[in-house]
Amino acid sequence: MSIEPTTLPVRSGEDVVKVRQAVRTLAMDLGFSLVDQTKVITAASELARNTLTYGGGGECRIERLNQGPKRAGVRLTFEDRGPGITNLDLALTDGYTTGNGLGLGLNGARKLSHEFDIWSQPGVGTRVTITRWK
Amino acid sequence: MDRVPILRLGDCLLVTVQVDMHDELAMTLQDDLTNKIVATKARGVLIDISALEMVDSFIGRMLGNIAGMSRILDAQTVVVGMQPAVAITLVELGLSLPGIRTALNVDAGLALLRNVLDRSDESSHVD
Amino acid sequence: MNRLASRLPAMVEQYQQEILTEWVKLQLEAGTWRAGRLQESQLRDESQRFLTLLVNNIQKGVQFDTRSAQWADIRDFLAELSRSRATQGFSPSQVATFVFSLKQPIFARLRANLLDEPEVLADASWETTLLLDSMGLYTTEVYQQARESVIARQQEELIELSTPVVELWPGILALPLIGTLDSERTQVVMETLLERLVATGSSIAVIDITGVPTVDTLVAQHLLKTVSAAQLMGADCIISGIRPQIAQTIVHLGIDLSAVATKASLSDAFALALKRRGLSVISSSAARG
Repeated sequence: MSIEPTTLPVRSGEDVVKVRQAVRTLAMDLGFSLVDQTKVITAASELARNTLTYGGGGECRIERLNQGPKRAGVRLTFEDRGPGITNLDLALTDGYTTGNGLGLGLNGARKLSHEFDIWSQPGVGTRVTITRWK
Repeated sequence: MDRVPILRLGDCLLVTVQVDMHDELAMTLQDDLTNKIVATKARGVLIDISALEMVDSFIGRMLGNIAGMSRILDAQTVVVGMQPAVAITLVELGLSLPGIRTALNVDAGLALLRNVLDRSDESSHVD
Repeated sequence: MNRLASRLPAMVEQYQQEILTEWVKLQLEAGTWRAGRLQESQLRDESQRFLTLLVNNIQKGVQFDTRSAQWADIRDFLAELSRSRATQGFSPSQVATFVFSLKQPIFARLRANLLDEPEVLADASWETTLLLDSMGLYTTEVYQQARESVIARQQEELIELSTPVVELWPGILALPLIGTLDSERTQVVMETLLERLVATGSSIAVIDITGVPTVDTLVAQHLLKTVSAAQLMGADCIISGIRPQIAQTIVHLGIDLSAVATKASLSDAFALALKRRGLSVISSSAARG
């Protein structure tokens, strides 16, 4: 069993796949249903790709949350030192994109999570934290 | 480097996505597939995603691109075998894959392609 | 950690046999033991085992703590006792009385032996109370957990039972929904239906809501999500069993069901499904002419 929290690099497309696999392993270990596993790895995939595409790469911290037997969860933190986001409200709108995606990345990840937190400063970087409970 | 295999079934091409897709692989697939459509004069493309554990907006966009490129090359695309958990997540995500035909499995996908191709042939005769 | 400093351990060990006899007698009189549910011999046996464990543990001189490894054997014994009595239909207070009724015989021994030393007696009594109270409360806790897990399992079973997906015809499934749809149940319904579509290779599903009492915005959203997910997988859904009041509610709430085929009755929906599959029903007498 892997030891959490783990921090993985997000610097290439293959790193995105590795982040997904690590998140799935943890979600399975916590007893997430197949649908919930799929939701959390999809959110992880969206955010990892954002970190890579817009943040110029960064890292992902994967944490196991255990608050009693009934409240287990996965917390993911994606952090980059990229250009940051100037207009957060706009970035969280469905369909908005500066890259070549469908513009669902950030808001999609928010919809698939129970808790969502974003911090960004132009010229400094971006940090997104999501939590999904079992 | 990994490649996604493309099989020929009569005038259709079958793409089975079995590995975890990443950017480079998706780009290679788009190149390989468009080349093969032209080379084999394929009329239909079946993309089997039953082995995919998730579809995010990146893969969604890739599927949309393939369907769009194929259409320009006069081939129809059907995405088959999406897993229930993947479909539920896509709905939650707000992704509806507009313009992409879907079928439950390869057999149903082939039948759908036949149907679509027959109809498009009829309409072109009328013209 | 609280230490047991008083004379309690020595007393309990010395008078173990007398305490046991009196304790069992008390329990039999108090009615925590009930004929039919629990054999008298079993009660004796359990009391004997518990007291032996208590004597052994108490010698270590540490107060009872459910998390402490030193008390693990007694904790497991109480948990097992509580669980088995919960399933036998005993009430939580009857289960806790097993432990609490031990106070009286122990107090009696303490009083008889420590009458000349009131301070020692008071200390020992206080420790006994602490010890047995925390054990009694622990049985109640376990009892509650046992009941909760039974309820949770029944709820799950009920959800599964209430979502039967049936095959109307090869390639046509029906999901007759009965009762209120909340998010948890909808997720199960969605998963069950979509998995059955894949398993049976069916391209049409009829969702019948005759048995759903009310359709509010949330229920409608859940239904639409199921329909969208099925479409993504390459299957079509037809919603049937829409009663007049529900049709009115849907329009008043401004819910857009235009993306889905809707039919008033299950048979209408079935006819549409057959048509979409390129099938038709003909009367055999008419066919013979």
